[in-house]
Formats: sequence, structure tokens, C-alpha cells
Amino acid sequence: MQAEARAAMAKDLVAQFRQCLKPESILFREEERRPYECDGLSVYRELPLLVVLPETIEQVQQILRLCVERKVPVVARGAGTGLSGGALPLADGVLLSLAKFNRILDIDPENRCARVQPGVRNLAISEAVAGHGLYYAPDPSSQIACSIGGNVAENAGGVHCLKYGLTVHNILKLEVVTIDGERLTIGSDALDAAGFDLLALFTGSEGMLGVIVEVTVKLLPKPEAVQVLLAAFDDVEKAGDAVGRIIGAGIIPAGLEMMDNPAIRASEAFANAGYPVDAAAILLCELDGVEQEVETQVGQVERLLLACGATEVRVAKDRLEREKFWKGRKAAFPAIGRISPDYYCMDGTIPRHQLSTVLGGIRALSEEYGLDVANVFHAGDGNMHPLILFDANKPGELERTEEMGGKILELCVSVGGSITGEHGVGIEKINQMCTQFNAAELTQMHAVKAAFDPQTLLNPGKAVPTLNRCAEFGAMHVHKGEIAFPELERF
Amino acid sequence: MTTPHDTSESLANQILDAYNTDSALCIVGGNSKASLGQPVNATSLDVSGHCGIVEYEPTELVVTARAGTSLTELESIVAEAGQTLPFEPPHLGAGATLGGTIACGLSGPRRPHSGSARDYVLGVKMINGRGEILQFGGQVMKNVAGYDVSRLQVGAQGTLGVLLDVSLKVLPRPACERTVFIEMSAGVSIEIMSWLAAKPLPLSAACHVPEGDDQTELLCLRLSGAEAAVDASIVYLRKEQSDFAIEVLGENDERAALFWQDLRERKLGFFSSEMPESSQGLWRLSLPPATPVFWCENSEGTKIEHHQQSRDEAFTAECLIDWAGAQRWMKTNAPAEAVHEVAKRYGGYATLLTAEGAIQSPLSSGLMAVHKNLKHAFDPKGILNSGRLYAEY
Repeated sequence: MQAEARAAMAKDLVAQFRQCLKPESILFREEERRPYECDGLSVYRELPLLVVLPETIEQVQQILRLCVERKVPVVARGAGTGLSGGALPLADGVLLSLAKFNRILDIDPENRCARVQPGVRNLAISEAVAGHGLYYAPDPSSQIACSIGGNVAENAGGVHCLKYGLTVHNILKLEVVTIDGERLTIGSDALDAAGFDLLALFTGSEGMLGVIVEVTVKLLPKPEAVQVLLAAFDDVEKAGDAVGRIIGAGIIPAGLEMMDNPAIRASEAFANAGYPVDAAAILLCELDGVEQEVETQVGQVERLLLACGATEVRVAKDRLEREKFWKGRKAAFPAIGRISPDYYCMDGTIPRHQLSTVLGGIRALSEEYGLDVANVFHAGDGNMHPLILFDANKPGELERTEEMGGKILELCVSVGGSITGEHGVGIEKINQMCTQFNAAELTQMHAVKAAFDPQTLLNPGKAVPTLNRCAEFGAMHVHKGEIAFPELERF
Repeated sequence: MTTPHDTSESLANQILDAYNTDSALCIVGGNSKASLGQPVNATSLDVSGHCGIVEYEPTELVVTARAGTSLTELESIVAEAGQTLPFEPPHLGAGATLGGTIACGLSGPRRPHSGSARDYVLGVKMINGRGEILQFGGQVMKNVAGYDVSRLQVGAQGTLGVLLDVSLKVLPRPACERTVFIEMSAGVSIEIMSWLAAKPLPLSAACHVPEGDDQTELLCLRLSGAEAAVDASIVYLRKEQSDFAIEVLGENDERAALFWQDLRERKLGFFSSEMPESSQGLWRLSLPPATPVFWCENSEGTKIEHHQQSRDEAFTAECLIDWAGAQRWMKTNAPAEAVHEVAKRYGGYATLLTAEGAIQSPLSSGLMAVHKNLKHAFDPKGILNSGRLYAEY
């Protein structure tokens, strides 16, 4: 859109929005819009045409109706902590912030659920229900700041996924508004709902199918006992084997985290968690449940770790030591941020037995690109977070980093994994989608989007690449030597 | 054990032919789930030949198998490795296949404690209504690339595509399981189930069975986990519920496994005993677990539980409560609209099951429009199991 047409559109929209929103809920000055130019992935920035901050579901419906009439795209945003650029605004689009939807509407301890507005922070839910002995299980590392609406849009995970699942496993019902301004109830207050499982489809749909305006989350009883073990290894592969042995022994830890030596050193320097800085890898294993069960499992896990060649195994003596063990892991990202001017966090998942292959591949890429990598790994569920260290001030280094990151994700796909375990595709991994899915699969996804949003106005350009984009990227998945849609032009 | 076969190409060709000739298909595997939807009058598409385990690595907690694989066979293979399908799928017939189980989204008594069939689906390979073979999700625990098309297939009963391969998360089998029977009314049971579910106990099933020929009604609980944890929980239960007659079945008591199997397979006395006059069939109500007793019992000498106030005197029914309160099987002569209405009022929905087929509560007009659009997105000519879930698509 030309600058003039853009200004006219903004003016028209502001006038319309004023009919249904308070003046302070419409941000149109550049300095007011500036804070919304990016989400947690700040390498991508774009100033939105307008920012609106509705307070009621009716206002959301009105905003969407006004936008769809004018064919203006809309990007919904929660707390803006996402790591894939999913809430990156559009220069010609409206940014719809759900920040004012910040109330917990109902806590139902008897049915173990809570009805909350999408802008409620993840951790605030657990805090609000703690008095009932309950909590909300998914705990993304940003849980202190991230909002539940964003968690649903991204199907957020956390360190306890292996045992307690992702967001999709922990919600019951959504109220959503479609691009046409229609309100739909997805899921139910029961454990399932009539018709298709739209709750699963909506979870992780990255704001492409509708705007989430209310979430009913499932609550779990807080485990009676928790214990954490820390094990050091002189070899990453041994640590990887230990993970398989623990699970093979029939134990499902609440959390099972691995860090490699660069990550250990950085975390230790930052958090003083008492980590063995000479270890090639450490494993943190959290066990929870009924007291007697945890007690039995701690002994089993300790023996298994030693049998797998752990050079040292520590069992936390008390709550303080447990927290200390976790402190280093939880500080891993900021710790890396201190030793390197910038870092780029990847989010691939792999079948666990491919760990040493993939780590080897990452080492080779690290040498090839001359960029260091620290590895933090949700080992239990195969979700890797390689952190590529770089300096954005050095010309070309960001581009090299992104290219290397893309190669790491392609490596994950090639061993049977996925380009994203919990951060979402957003704008960041959109090219790698062409590696993971073939043209027919991407076309099917576009058809799913069209079932909700035929004009492609909700968060366009994210999550699912166009076939043209894939052709341009040159990574089009070719199935059995046949190119799907040969009639399409290739670039 | 059946010989593994990959018939995906042939199935895709059959669907492509049907697409090109506008001919409708009815997907059939083991034919054990025919009555779980409306009858589909169309040419059968036999998927039972597409069977066998594709990949199973116990330490990865993932099994991938073809849709036609016998459910019994799949369960015995994971059992050999000390693992289990945690959603405890009902078979509902000897021919049960993995594909039918997932397409119907069937979960057993463990469902409220461990999760549903859809919760354990990690990925699918499928054929859409254009005859295209597509893959979504994968063989890893965490995967948020693209829309979750694989879990969307669960419960869609083949209306969005034909399942080829399914990857499931599996879990270790609990080391120890104990069953507890407590004599208790439905109303009190619902309260106890709700109280129990909010406690960190290793509960793996909770149901209430109404008074049958033996004149006792029972709250039935199953505890699963490490032996020490199960034992400690039983001690706790005895202490907290000392007012009730509690029977703990011995470790080797065959009644325990049989009871849960009969509940799962809908074979307990409740299911085989007579239906009330003029009843249309068996109802399944999916409700918030703490939903109170809102019905009056059918049997002579109707008992009124005085602590329940919301009871609808006009609504007489016999009810078996499973899923810790969240799934209720009901025999009633109340009109269908009344049952759908009451389920909706409490925040859930109902399904009427008859010998001819099953039908779920009507969808809102907005949701129906979305369902039709999605059906069109996957199956533009409406050739796959059309009309099976709702007459509209």
C-alpha cells in the first residue's frame, strides 16, 4: 500500500473504531505503536498500521467486522513473548492486543478447571488456584509474563511436557471470534465435545483461524512429593543413553533436562548453581507424585545414572537445593546472553536416539559457519534448543546465523523430527515448513485456513508458507520424483 | 498375527477413482464400530489390509502402526515391552483396528486420569478426499509445525480422510494395580470422585455402578502405580472414608481386571439389562465431572437423595457413571430433545446409541458452518463417510 492510501485507511479505521472503543484504546501515533513492532523474536520488526486494545468480546467482534469489510489484515497479540515472530505486525494491518482481557473469570475446584480471559498470565492461573491444592501444568519458561491466549495459539510447552503434556492436553474450552465477527464455543466443559475436535485444531494455530477471547483450562492436583537429581557425564552420548534407560525402566520423570558444556559453563558463571563445569553434559531429572513412589524412583534413577557412566550424581537434600539445581537451567538463556552479544534460539525436535547424530551435525555446522553453539535440551521429549551465539553488529552475521539455524532445523526433519517443538513457526521458520511438508500437505493446510478465513486476513503470511514461497526458497519437498502442482509457476 | 501390508497406494487410487466418478465411499476396517455413527450407504472401502507395525522403539515411547492393525495385536506388542496405550481403548468387537479406534476417538475408563485417544496421537498419514496421501504431526512428542491436522482426525470418523498410519505415544504399564469397591449412592459417589480427583492420588479409574440384580450400588476405584504408592493410597482411603463398607480386591482377584474390561467394553449388567419401555436407545452423556444427580431412578421404590436439590423430577433414568463423573451412560424414556437439553444445560453434550447407529447433540449453526467448511476443505466432493456424524456433511 502506498503511504497516502495507508494514511487514509488508518484515518478511516480510527474514525470507525472510535464508535466502539474508548479513545485511549486506539493507538495511532508512531511512538504509541512502536512498542508493538515485534514480539520476543526482536530480529523481525514492523510498525503496525494501528493498535487496538479492546476490553470486551463485543468490541473484538466489532473490530473484526470493520476490518473484514475493508479487507484489512489483523494480527492478534497476547503478551508478545513469542519466540517465532508469530505476533509480528503488518504495516497495512491492525494489531489486536488482548492485553486488557486480564481477568480470571471463574475457578471451579469441583470440576478442576478455571475460566480465564486470554490476557491472563500463565503463572497467575497457578497462583490463583494454589489455595485449592491445584495448578495449571504447562510451564513455558516465559510463564511469569506470557499470556494464556498466546499459549493456546502456540500450543506452548515447558519443562514438564513429557509427563503432563502441552497446552493442547490441558485446556477444555475456548471462546473464539472468527474473522467475520462471529463468536464460537470450541470444546466444552466436559472432557470432549460433539463434532470435530476443533479444540485440537485451534491449539497451536498461531492466530490464523480465529481470535481467542476466553480459555477454560484444566487444573491438576499439586503433586505430593517432588525430588530432583543432578548427574554429570564426561560424554554427551552417555547422558543421552541415560535418558533412554530411565524411560525404558518405566519411569516418566516430570522433567528431564540436558545441558552441554558451553551451556553448563555459561549458566554456572551466571547463576552459581554449583554445576560441575568440567562435565561434558549434565542431566537434571525431576520426579514427582505420591511420596512413596518418588522415594522408590529416586533410588532407581540414581542407580541407572551411575550404571550409564555418570561421573557424579547428586540428589537434592531439600527444597533449597532443588531450586538451586533448577536455577542454572532456568538461567541458561540469560546466561548465554551475557557471554555473547546476541544468541539465536532454535526449537527443533528429534527422536531421542538420534541425539548424538544431531549433536554431531550441529558441531559440524558450527565449524562451517564459525559460530559457537550451546545446547539446552528438553531431553525427555526430544525438544532441542541449540543457542547459536553471534554478534548482530558484525555485518552479515545475523544472516549467517539464520542460515545455520535453518540448516539445524532441516537436520532435525531429516532424522524424523520437527522444525518446532513449542515455539511455533511464525515468520521465523516459515521457509523450513517447505522442508517438513510437501506441496499437497501445505495446500491442505491452506484449505483448513480458508474454512475459517477465506480472505486470509487473520495473521496472513505466518505459519504456513505459500507454494510460491517454497519454490523460491528452493526447498520444495519432492515426493517420489514428482513435483506436485506442476502447473504452478516456479521461481 | 496378520502379515504386514502397505496398501496405501491402492487405497489412494480407489479414492481418486471415487473422486473422479463422484462415487461415495464407506470406510470399513474391522467393522466393529459401525453403530457408532449413522449408517453410510456407499461402496465399502476396505482398509483392513493396510496393517502391521511400522516402527516401535519402546525407549522413545512411540509406536507407529498401520490403521488396519488389530488393536489386540498392537496392545500385545506394546505389552511385551512393558508398555500400554494409556487411553485404554474400548474394542467393541473382536475385529477392532487401530484406525477405527482413532477415527472414533474411543477412550476407556482411564481417560479422565491419563488422557484421551486424541491426547496420545502424535501424527498420522492419511488420504484426503482427493486421493492425496498426506502426513501431519510426526513421531516426536512435541511438534507444533503447521495446524494440528492429525488430532483433528480423531473422532472425525473418517469424514475428513482415511487414516493410513498412526503414531501414538505409549507409556509404561503401571507396576501395580488395585481395585476398590465401596458401597455408596450415585450422589455421594460424585462428591467422593470429585474430592479424590483433586488429591494427588494414583487414581486410574473411578465409576459408579447403579443397583442391579444384586441390590448394591458401588463406587469402583482403580489405583495404579508403584506398589508402595498404591498401598499408601488404600490406607488413606480407608482412613478418610471409614463410614463406608470398603472392599479391596486382592492382587490376584480376577474380578478386578474383568470388571474394568466389562466397563470398557460396555458389557456390565447395566448395558445388557432391559431398556425402559419406549426408550430410544442407550445414551452417552459427556458432562463436567461434578455434575450432580439430576435424574430420578427408574426402578420401583425410587430413591430420593435428599442432599441433591437440582434433581429434575420429570426426568427418570438409570445411570452408570464413568470417567470420574465425566461420562454417564443413561437409560431413559425421556424424549431425545430433553436429554440433549439437559446435557447442554450442564455444559456437555449427549450421544444416542441404537442398534442402527449413533447421533450426537446438534451443533450450533455457527459450528455447523465451520464443520461443513472443514469437510469441504478435506473432501470437496463429499465422498468419504458423508452423513456418518451429521446428516449435513
